Amino acid sequence: MKGNEALAEAAIQAGCDAYFGYPITPQSEVLEYLAREIPKYSTKEHIRVVLQAESEIASINMVYGAAGAGFRVMTSSSSPGISLMQEGISYIAGAELPCLIVNVNRAGPGLGTIQPGQGDYFQATKGGGHGDYKLIVLAPSSVQEMADFVFLGFDLADKYRNPVMILSDGAIGQMMEKVTFGKYNVHKTEKPWATTGKPESRGRNYITSLHIQPEKLEVHNLKLIEKYKEIEKNEVRYEEIMTEDAEYIFVAYGLSARICHKAAIIAREKGIKAGMFRPVTLFPFPSKRLNELAETAKLFLTAELNSGQMVEDVRLAVNGKVNVEFYGRLGGMVPNPEEIVNKLENLISKENVS
Amino acid sequence: MSAEELTLIEKTDKNISEEADALTNSDAAVNICDADEYSVVYERPHTLLDVNMHYCPGCAHSLVHKLIMEAVEELGIQEDTIGVAPVGCAVFAYDYMNVDMQEAAHGRATAVATGIKRLLPDKYVFTYQGDGDLAAIGIAETIHTINRGENILIVFINNAVYGMTSGQMAPTTLAGMKTTTSPFGRDTSVYGYPIKVSELISQLPGSFYVTRQAVNKNTAVRKTKKAILNALNYQKLNKGTCFVEIIGNCPSNWKMTPLESNDFIDEHMVKTFPLGDVKLPGAEDLKQLNQTGDKQPC
Repeated sequence: MKGNEALAEAAIQAGCDAYFGYPITPQSEVLEYLAREIPKYSTKEHIRVVLQAESEIASINMVYGAAGAGFRVMTSSSSPGISLMQEGISYIAGAELPCLIVNVNRAGPGLGTIQPGQGDYFQATKGGGHGDYKLIVLAPSSVQEMADFVFLGFDLADKYRNPVMILSDGAIGQMMEKVTFGKYNVHKTEKPWATTGKPESRGRNYITSLHIQPEKLEVHNLKLIEKYKEIEKNEVRYEEIMTEDAEYIFVAYGLSARICHKAAIIAREKGIKAGMFRPVTLFPFPSKRLNELAETAKLFLTAELNSGQMVEDVRLAVNGKVNVEFYGRLGGMVPNPEEIVNKLENLISKENVS
Repeated sequence: MSAEELTLIEKTDKNISEEADALTNSDAAVNICDADEYSVVYERPHTLLDVNMHYCPGCAHSLVHKLIMEAVEELGIQEDTIGVAPVGCAVFAYDYMNVDMQEAAHGRATAVATGIKRLLPDKYVFTYQGDGDLAAIGIAETIHTINRGENILIVFINNAVYGMTSGQMAPTTLAGMKTTTSPFGRDTSVYGYPIKVSELISQLPGSFYVTRQAVNKNTAVRKTKKAILNALNYQKLNKGTCFVEIIGNCPSNWKMTPLESNDFIDEHMVKTFPLGDVKLPGAEDLKQLNQTGDKQPC
C-alpha cells in the first residue's frame, strides 16, 4: 500500500468518525481513499463523515466543531495547507480538543515543491500557530508506521485532550510497502465536556479558547504546561540501531532515518562504530536518552531534509557533552546513504587532525 | 416639580405601601397570585442565563440573544440545540445562552457548525455572527456552507461596523458612512460598496429561507422573533440553510443615543438593506412541515 493509503485505511479501522480535508500534493490520496471508503462504513447508528472542504482553513475549523462535539476527527494536508491551518490548530490546542492532524511534509518555503522535505519540524514542534502550546508530534519512517501512528495518535489525543500531529513527508506518503493491520479495539473515551446538546441533568458545555481575564488565562496556560510535562514524562518514543557500542551516532527522523540506518550499516562495514538514533516522538523529544548516549559517543551527526532544525534540539539535549554536527539537503533533494557516510568520514578525519 | 406634586407622590407611595402591608398581613395575600386577573405576561426565558450582559446600553445583541433563546424555549429544543459564537461583540454569547455552545475563530463559525451538524444531524445547530465575521473574513466559509446547503441556522447581525474593535469600517458600512477607518465617510471608489449578503446568498440553491429583519421597534422585534422561530423549525425539514439577517444598531460606535440609532436604521440602513423576506420556502416544503405534526410557530 501507499503510505497515504495505509494512513487512510488505518483511520477507518481506528474508528475515525469524520475526516475533513482539501486536496494538496503529495497527500491527496488520503482524501481520495476516504471519499471512496468511509461511506461504506457509515450507518444510521454510527454516522461517519468524509467532507472535502473549500479550504484548509475550513477543514481545520470543521475538525474543531466535530471534535468539540466529542467525535474522533482528523484532517490531513501538506506544508502550505498546514500553514493555513495554524490558526485553527492554535484554537484547538487552546480549547483542548483531541484530534489528529497529518502533515505530509513537502519542501518549501512558499509553494516550494511537491518533493519530500522536513522543513516543517519547527512549525510542528514549537507551536506553529500563535500562543504557547504544544502538539504531540509523531514521525513515521515507514508505511507501517503511517498506519500504526493513526491508532496511537487518536488514543494519545483522547488521553490528553490534545491535538496530535503525524509529521510525515512526501516520500513516506507516496512510497509503497507491505503493511499489516492488527486487531484494534477502538478505545471509547468519555467526553463529558463535549457539546452534544444540554440535557437538564447538567449545565451547559461550551468549547472556547477565550479567557479574557489575564489571571484566568494564566491559570489555563499553567494547566496546559502541566499537561505537556505529563506528556513528556509518559510518551517519549524513540528507536536505536547499533547504538550499544557506537562512537558515532546519526540522529534522524522519518525519511532521513531510513537513509541514516543504511548509512550506519555502510559505516560499520568500513569499520566505523556507527549507530543511529531515531526520535519517534518529536514532541515530546527524547532529550534524556540522547543525553545518556552523549556520555559514551564521540560525535552526533544529525541529518535532515532542511537547513538544520531538529539539530537544535539535539544540541540542547546533549548540552555540550558531545559535538553535534549537521548534514542537510534542501529543495526536495534526498541524500543517498554514501553522502552521509562521506560527511561522517570527513568529520572523523578532522577530529583526528585536531 | 412643585411642592404640591411632591406631596401627592409621597401620599400615593404611602398609600401603596399601606395597601401592600395590609395585603401581606391578611389572608387575601395568599390568593392574590392565583387570581385570574394577575398572570405573568413577560419573563426572561429560562434558556437565557440570569447574568448581566456586557453589551452597551441600547445594543441590539442582547435583544436578539433573548429572541433566539425564547424561540429555543418555545420550541422545547434546549436539549437539542448547539450554538456557535463568533469573534466580535457576541464572542461571549455562550455566557448568556443556556445551551451547549462552541466559540469559533473569526469568520469560521459556519465551518465549525458544519463539523457539528454533519455528525449530529438531528440537533438544531445555529451560528451567531456579525458583519465583519461573516461578510469579510468569513465570506468564503459563509458562501460554501450555504452552497453545501448545510442544514443550520445562520443569524447574521448587520450593524455596518466592527463593534468589538470600536467602530471600524465593515463590508456592510453604508456608502458615505463615517467610521474610525473611514473618517471622511466610506468612499466607494476606494472601498467598494456595502455587501448585501442576504441577496447574494439567496442565489445559492443551498439556501432555503433568507430574510432580513430589524429590532429597532416593537413590530420589527416581533417579526424577527417569528423569523427565528420559523428558521429553527425549518431545520427539521433538512432542506438547506436558513439565514436570518438582522439589522442591528450600534449606538456606541455610531456615536448616537440608542433612540437616535434606532431612527438611523429606518432613515438610512433600510435604504441599502431593505427589510423583508428575500427567499421563502415553497408551499410543498411547508406542507411537509405540517405533515411532521408540528404546529407552525406563531
